[in-house]
Amino acid sequence: MKNKIAILISSIVFALSSTQAVKSESITLGWAAWDPANALVELSKDFTAQTGIEVNFEFVPWPNFADRMLNELNNKGKTFDLLIGDSQWIGGGATYGHYVKLNDFFDKEGISMNDFSDATVYAYSTWPKGSENYYALPAMGDALAWAYRKDWFDRPELNSEFKAKHGYDLGVPKNWDQLYDMCTFFQGREIDGQVRYGAAINTERGSEGITMGVTAAMYAWGMEYENPNKPYDMEGYFNAPNVVEALEFYRKMYEDCAPPGHSDAYMVANLDAYKSGQVAFQMNWYAFWPGVSKEDADGRVTGFFANPSQKVSAATLGGQGISVVNYSDKKDLALQYIKWFAQPDVQQKWWDLGGYSCHKDVLGSPDFVNSAVYAQGFLDSMGIVKDFWQEPTFVELMLPMQEHVHDYVVNGKGSAQEALDKIIEEWVEVFEADGKL
Amino acid sequence: MKKKILHKAKGLSDRAVAWIFITPTLLLLLAINIYPLIYAVSMSFTNFYANKLGKEIKWVGLKNYVKILGKEAIWERMQITASFMFWTLLLQAIIGLGLALLLNKKFKGNELLTTLIVLPMMLSPAVVGVFWTYLYNPQVGLFNYIVNFFYDFGPFDMIGSSTLAPWAIVIVDTWMWTPFTMLICLAGLRSIPNYLYEAAEVDRANRLQQFIYITLPSVLPFLLLALLFRGIENFKMFDMVVELTSGGPGSATELASIQLKREAFEKWKTGYSSAYAVILFVTIFGFGNVYVKVMNKIKDR
Repeated sequence: MKNKIAILISSIVFALSSTQAVKSESITLGWAAWDPANALVELSKDFTAQTGIEVNFEFVPWPNFADRMLNELNNKGKTFDLLIGDSQWIGGGATYGHYVKLNDFFDKEGISMNDFSDATVYAYSTWPKGSENYYALPAMGDALAWAYRKDWFDRPELNSEFKAKHGYDLGVPKNWDQLYDMCTFFQGREIDGQVRYGAAINTERGSEGITMGVTAAMYAWGMEYENPNKPYDMEGYFNAPNVVEALEFYRKMYEDCAPPGHSDAYMVANLDAYKSGQVAFQMNWYAFWPGVSKEDADGRVTGFFANPSQKVSAATLGGQGISVVNYSDKKDLALQYIKWFAQPDVQQKWWDLGGYSCHKDVLGSPDFVNSAVYAQGFLDSMGIVKDFWQEPTFVELMLPMQEHVHDYVVNGKGSAQEALDKIIEEWVEVFEADGKL
Repeated sequence: MKKKILHKAKGLSDRAVAWIFITPTLLLLLAINIYPLIYAVSMSFTNFYANKLGKEIKWVGLKNYVKILGKEAIWERMQITASFMFWTLLLQAIIGLGLALLLNKKFKGNELLTTLIVLPMMLSPAVVGVFWTYLYNPQVGLFNYIVNFFYDFGPFDMIGSSTLAPWAIVIVDTWMWTPFTMLICLAGLRSIPNYLYEAAEVDRANRLQQFIYITLPSVLPFLLLALLFRGIENFKMFDMVVELTSGGPGSATELASIQLKREAFEKWKTGYSSAYAVILFVTIFGFGNVYVKVMNKIKDR
């Protein structure tokens, strides 16, 4: 009997200690729940195989992503060891001490930021902007782009009708005016017995959706948030005539080209509208193109293109860097993951699996442009990206933008000028409270 | 030892025993209700940001209150909330009472019908919000189809139109919570003694007179109680509306609680939002008190 008890106790002790061992050799990574996250799970299996460190994941749907993660950071939570946080969080992550500064680690491990695309390093890793303080490794390059129904464009009867009306061929629009012409051409048109519409564009009110949509137009019209020579001086820049024109144009796009009921739509709603054959165009992130492309193996149905220019070439930045959470008890393991992730061969596999690498070896490889139909567009876009404010107060800046832009574009309230003036008024309040003005 | 305790317990007064039983509850109440309330009130006089822990917390006096009460956007949200409450309570009172009167009759399938009618209130508000977005879809939504079946209004977007969106949330809340009003009214109707109607019939009172002089006064305290509960709930309404419209289009359906959440947990303006929460609390507490007094007067009459 005594022997049996001894065996039982020793097995319990063994079981507990082995559980402890497994627990201490695991890390948790937080990100948004979307297609690239699945690719990252697949990729991370290699890391576990090489190091024995398990990687657990918590993926949060986009509408709740910022709420969930920023809550966690503000509460100094230990849930995550690694966080692939949105580009706009970098200011808060650095200023409030949520993210570990990675400069010493990069120097020690020989990780050079010169190996990553300059635009992505600037956008995802640095704070203050333009400095060499790194708080993240560029993890997922992304920008807002467009997909279109190539199969409809290829129909001779549609093309000749369009050409007769507008004087040029249906194809990838060279600017927003052409995009509008094409969208209105398809709006309400019956194709194969179904009524189709122009474009599924971002109109979501709750998180960042409509801002990420209107800025695609505003940037193309040459919008600047502030006076380049006088930071936070927004009057005459953010509400300049070209920005007013862009916002009016976006409203026109919503009124004349969006499918009915598309008044609170973002990533998934745009994808659904496109996949169900409702629209000729969809606005969305590059992150979704591998999924769209996968369903169109011969490339006959869908074509992709970068955000059209208007007065200048520009695109809305998406994407994220990967950071080590300062409150984690396993920072050393998390850093090991970053070291592994920064390797060129891992970055190549990341791209192959459907993630968007920012590594120059991958992007500069001769095969890159032909490796996917959207690869050239991605390269073009990443050279012209612009981001929303990355200030620590970015949520306070985002909320009035969402409200007033939605009020104008979807609700039809007031004028574009009034909407932009109101936004500036609230931004000034935010910057004043933050001591920036 | 056991005997000693028993002996001691026997010596305690009723009041002491009552205190022993009530103390844990009181402590719990203090810890989870009163303390946060006092803390929130004290925060409301500061410039505290919960996400800027290193920043010095400054006493700002009544600045937050002055700012909130002077802000046009806040009054707009209050108006939106008041309008939402008015229409939901009115519709739920009329339809709830009507349904209760119908279900108070004895007929075959009465119980099954009651169960079916109360189903909506058993659902989660977030789920209700999500599936009504599909029902309101202008292309494939059942709601639009039914409306256009009776009269062809052409395509319309309940959620995307600033005129229709406030009605969209009123309709969903009424659909979901009318059964609650109905159930309480039904309880009130079933508590009316039959002899009152028999006496009224002897006095040759017609059906309308019986309804006005017996049914309505008897059921009114129940109806008012149901409306009190619904009023408090709708003043705090959040989840269903967020799922349905996110407060949009623009801010057409942004109720006070949604705006408060955005100020408190998205902008992290803790001091400012504490003041906002205190104002909302005082408002509902004040209205609630007046309402209860009126309700008691009606009951006494």
